[in-house]
Amino acid sequence: MKLTLRIWRQDGPDAEGAFETHKVDGVTGEMSFLELLDVLNERLIASGREPVAFDSDCREGICGSCGLMIDGQAHGPQRGTATCQLHMRRFHDGDVVTVEPFRSAGFPIVKDLVVDRSAFDRIIEAGGYITAPTGSAPDANLIAVPKDDADLAMDAAACIGCGACVAACPNGAGQLFTAAKLAHLNLLPQGQPERAHRTRAMVEQMEDIFGSCTNHRECAAACPKEIPIDFIAMLNRDYLKARRRS
Amino acid sequence: MIPPGSIQRAWDNHRFTVRLVNASNKRRFKVIVVGTGLAGASAAATLAELGYEVSVFTFHDTPRRAHSIAAQGGINAAKDYRNDGDSVFRLFYDTIKGGDFRSREANVYRLAQVSNEIIDQATAQGVPFAREYGGLLDNRSFGGAQVSRTFYARGQTGQQLLLGAYQALMRQVAAGKVKLHTRTEMLDVVTDEAGIARGVVVRDLLTGDVRSHAAHAVVLATGGYSNVFYLSTNAKASNATAVWRAHKRGAAFANPCFTQIHPTCIPQSDETQSKLTLMSESLRNDGRIWVPLQPGDDRNPGLIPETERDYFLERRYPAFGNLVPRDVASRAAKAMIDADRGVGPRRNGVYLDFADAIARLGIDVIRNRYGNLFQMYERITGEDPYQVPMRIYPAPHYTMGGLWVDYDLMTTVPGLYAIGEANFSDHGANRLGASALMQGLADGYFIVPVTIGDYLAPLLGQELLDTRSDAFAEAEAAVRTRVAGYLRAEGEHSVDWFHRELGKVLWEACGMERNAAGLAHALNEIAALHQRFKTGARVLGDDASLNQSLEKAGRVDDFFELAQLMCRDALHREESCGGHFRSEHQTPDGEALRDDDTFSYVAAWEYARGGAPVLHKEPLTFQHVRPSQRSYA
Repeated sequence: MKLTLRIWRQDGPDAEGAFETHKVDGVTGEMSFLELLDVLNERLIASGREPVAFDSDCREGICGSCGLMIDGQAHGPQRGTATCQLHMRRFHDGDVVTVEPFRSAGFPIVKDLVVDRSAFDRIIEAGGYITAPTGSAPDANLIAVPKDDADLAMDAAACIGCGACVAACPNGAGQLFTAAKLAHLNLLPQGQPERAHRTRAMVEQMEDIFGSCTNHRECAAACPKEIPIDFIAMLNRDYLKARRRS
Repeated sequence: MIPPGSIQRAWDNHRFTVRLVNASNKRRFKVIVVGTGLAGASAAATLAELGYEVSVFTFHDTPRRAHSIAAQGGINAAKDYRNDGDSVFRLFYDTIKGGDFRSREANVYRLAQVSNEIIDQATAQGVPFAREYGGLLDNRSFGGAQVSRTFYARGQTGQQLLLGAYQALMRQVAAGKVKLHTRTEMLDVVTDEAGIARGVVVRDLLTGDVRSHAAHAVVLATGGYSNVFYLSTNAKASNATAVWRAHKRGAAFANPCFTQIHPTCIPQSDETQSKLTLMSESLRNDGRIWVPLQPGDDRNPGLIPETERDYFLERRYPAFGNLVPRDVASRAAKAMIDADRGVGPRRNGVYLDFADAIARLGIDVIRNRYGNLFQMYERITGEDPYQVPMRIYPAPHYTMGGLWVDYDLMTTVPGLYAIGEANFSDHGANRLGASALMQGLADGYFIVPVTIGDYLAPLLGQELLDTRSDAFAEAEAAVRTRVAGYLRAEGEHSVDWFHRELGKVLWEACGMERNAAGLAHALNEIAALHQRFKTGARVLGDDASLNQSLEKAGRVDDFFELAQLMCRDALHREESCGGHFRSEHQTPDGEALRDDDTFSYVAAWEYARGGAPVLHKEPLTFQHVRPSQRSYA
């Protein structure tokens, strides 16, 4: 396959960016999208040009490092798939593919396709934990958790923190990420004592950084772990309750 | 060094005899933790909870990306919730035996003891482990263990445990007890004239700034070095730079040749492949492994009749069949491919066939058990494993070798600790499934936070070494020169090209099977390639902004040196044990042949500038488990 890549280049946070066009031939269906960028970079280096910067690490869809807007879709055209697990057999010879960073006011661009997602850390810092200092835990089986609750908490906890939800949202909202962590912790008995405080602190931190949710549902459609939008309803309910309590 | 008395009481006794730092004095000590995987995040959070001032460094954009996140299967603990005869002693016994009698009994016993507290701790933090209908924790048997002692959170146990530790860490960041430095890579350990660790030199990957940080103690939790092979199941950025540079400052490197090859990975599809993906070992419970009987048979698998297939594991190991240990299964697959009986477009795999299991159990049962894995396989290969057999091949996965540490997890450099996969660990020559997460968290939550106090207590009142002192200035200057020295617009090849070439040489000579001639040859080849790398690696851009090629250059440079030490270690160990298989040392039926009389020791290598590394031996004695030869026939 031969593809044409329109790819975003930007030297730094304050530099002006622009699209650059590159033709890449010899693309095989077995390659992942990131391996396509590896090939492009090898050729750029060979011709004396700086390679394209992009984040990636585990390349098996779990670390959440990678994340590209591919033809305007966060992580590209395949549902439930992070960029690193998107393979080139989804594309056709002669395709023109546009590659951009995850764009959002909450995710400033660092360089080329790399963005700063530290806003997510700040939301976790605000209350995305259960206070349980090392050594203080009772025997694990003293805390019984109904299986359905544990399974639902696990569905929410599957979030990889990639930021596709924010990038896909027309408002740049951080609701799905925040809701997933809140649901994970708020559904478990261990999470009850801090539930109200956690919910308020995380939601308010989120609102400081990200846009507002207006139920477009783009976040859930883009999520590589297919985290359902229901968790946002749970966030809203918990937040109302938490505010009423104080 | 190992506490006296019975092995059962050793850790308790030790905890009683270590010196303590008074609660109100802990804030007067500063500790640096490098790396935020299971070991690093849990250590940093716990040290901060205790009251120490902690600084944490990670090259990732957030602590949650560390490669611990990719562990799938589970975490072992000796809870005996199943009433199936498990105990602390049995977990200890299995770990010593699984490690092929090349680990320290006292350390492994402590690991087994602490395993139970890890499950309690993680559960209290909200780690969503799998549960029974009654709400209690579920277990499964894993990696050939005879008891069900593995706790799991779907296929994402590593992710959930890491998020638990990360959240505990972020709580301490919010409390102001941890200073978090992301996208910051440690490039040197700084020691004073007495050889004591006094801090680190780091580089900000976004700005290129090189800075010094002083501390009373430094903890390295920087993971393993499987990426020395280029293709491995490790994340792309996992590297050995922190441990290697510590080694060059005096920390002995133990058992570098002990590496683990995992048998069930998806084979390489072409030259551009950047990493290998692991498929859970559980697939071997129902899949049958085979290759065509005739070399070069490239017919579609469905067209090869039963009589022309070789179910080679079932044939060679009738009692264990497809469930033989990782190293045995891996070597058997390699032998088939070397005999030109490999399958797939590159003839670099063996079949893992579910047709019989589907016929016997029905497709729904198989989908229930392995649905996620089959989907992942199809996504990567484009082949449907319900219809055609999977293709698998072994890949580097975990490194048992690492920095030598004592019972307190301190390296040979006073004040410098190594925890998790970064140390030479409790796994001996081979790690059992679901034991990596256990060890990382044992070190981080429960061991180093206690033992570090013993080192710090007498230092009360000691000033930090001034970061403007000669020791820091010299190290900083060396780092700056080194980084700038990699920039070269005229090199012959990219850094990745050199890394791939190194990987090929090392995999061939020091991978699944090793021999003296191959290792000696590889030592020369790697040295020559390293020379070429030094003048021929092309690194564009500058060192004052994000430059990913430049980051890789330093890491690959260190891999070249580490690879040579691995070959040297493999060459000197004239026996086969665990993941280290020397073809000269095998039983008549092709099994690993240990030599306990000569090699029952930890090989700790001391770095010698400009000369050959110096070998130190820590003898291993076994008082509780009698060394025996493994047999799976």
